[in-house]
Amino acid sequence: MTTVTVRIPTPLRSYTQGADEVRAEGATVAEAIHTLGAAHAGLLAHVLTPEGEPRQFVNIYLGSRNVRTLQGMATRVTEGDVISIVPAVAGGAT
Amino acid sequence: MKAKERRLAELRAAIPEVTPREALALQAQGAALIDVREADEIAQGSPPGGHRLGRGFLELKIEDAVPDFERPLVMMCNSGARSLFAAEDLRRLGYTRLFSMAGGYTRWKNEGLPVEVPPRFDPLARERYSRHLMMPEVGEAGQLKLMASKVILVGAGGLGSPAAMYLAAAGVGTLGIVDDDVVDETNLQRQIVHSLERLGEPKAESAKRTIEALNPDVEVRVFKERLTSENVDRILAEGWDVIVDGADNFPTRYLVNDASVWHGIPVVHGSIFRFEGQATVFKPGEGPCYRCLFPQPPPPELAPSCAEGGVLGVLPGIVGSIQANEAIKLALGAGETLVGRLLLFDALETTFTEIALRRDPSCPVCGESPTITEYVDYVEFCQGGHTHVSS
Repeated sequence: MTTVTVRIPTPLRSYTQGADEVRAEGATVAEAIHTLGAAHAGLLAHVLTPEGEPRQFVNIYLGSRNVRTLQGMATRVTEGDVISIVPAVAGGAT
Repeated sequence: MKAKERRLAELRAAIPEVTPREALALQAQGAALIDVREADEIAQGSPPGGHRLGRGFLELKIEDAVPDFERPLVMMCNSGARSLFAAEDLRRLGYTRLFSMAGGYTRWKNEGLPVEVPPRFDPLARERYSRHLMMPEVGEAGQLKLMASKVILVGAGGLGSPAAMYLAAAGVGTLGIVDDDVVDETNLQRQIVHSLERLGEPKAESAKRTIEALNPDVEVRVFKERLTSENVDRILAEGWDVIVDGADNFPTRYLVNDASVWHGIPVVHGSIFRFEGQATVFKPGEGPCYRCLFPQPPPPELAPSCAEGGVLGVLPGIVGSIQANEAIKLALGAGETLVGRLLLFDALETTFTEIALRRDPSCPVCGESPTITEYVDYVEFCQGGHTHVSS
């Protein structure tokens, strides 16, 4: 089984008990994200639509590339890859 | 024969001379025209497009102005004598194609060739911006660009504070500030453009006072209103060169994005949450827009809750300063901006990560067949908190 590191953005760390990185197993980005979701209840709904695609306000990166520019959620991962969840963040003024 | 005349005769034999008209034609073909006169002579007028380097620092400045040693150089002074000496010096430095303009600027002007009076720095401005003026990447031309530039800041809070102050200090000519909020105690942990004595004062006014105390040359335009679909076109119609987005909510960010695409104004984006910051540049026509990255804002039930908020005070100082840096480069047209790159900064780990952004051909606003063609007033929300419509 392939193990990857998933970087958790600050707004979602309440679902990972504060962890900024979580290890997950899977052969593709989709599998790794679903493994992550199974281990951390409530997280998946913030990242993926019910159809399993990244939500409109979230991007999923494999290394420095958006998976949308690769093979989407079906993009295959290799041992040690880093997946980053990058959500829209609004804060700035107040 | 005096020594200088003997030497000039030798130089004339060695350096080809051209007439002012020939010099102009060479310039049009790509030669660099180098004005080696003193600053007070140049201030009376100089050919357009020339490098006004003077004679004193010529050898020290020429490589920054003309890095290519094969590029033809036409040296110019007032009568055609100093330019011969200057040409000889640059030949020794390694430049290979040197000409001297016979008759100098006097003849150029008498022949009715184009002349411009270079904009001048008053002594105070020369002093204030001296650290910019001595850098080739800014220099006089760059500083004049900054002084003619207009940057509008959306939000005079955490990100807007450092951005406004650095842009004002750098001498940006006009700064617009859009903010409908007033200063309160909780702001002072990070919003350094405000102060204790400004409590209760509109943030836009408070920022204006700080900016004017720092640099009275900056013209500050204050918009004490919240950016909405109703006022965004009016506010952006004032000819802004750059928008610095330091808003604190999704409705404003999407409004800024859509307006920037339709007005063709680049946006320097910065956002922060707790210990984490994001920064990039959205430049219409050249790179992706905010909606290429995030087509829609999160619905209320998936937005971070208010109780999970908070921000490390220094974080907006870092991200807002990065925004000021990007805005200055956009105004100068220098360097590489963050177009097509999202910079992620983690203040807790002190790491910068960069990820690639691409333009999305199916983007609802800047894509090939846009589906959003008018402003959208999204509902502002905050899970578990108050909800109100932004407009």
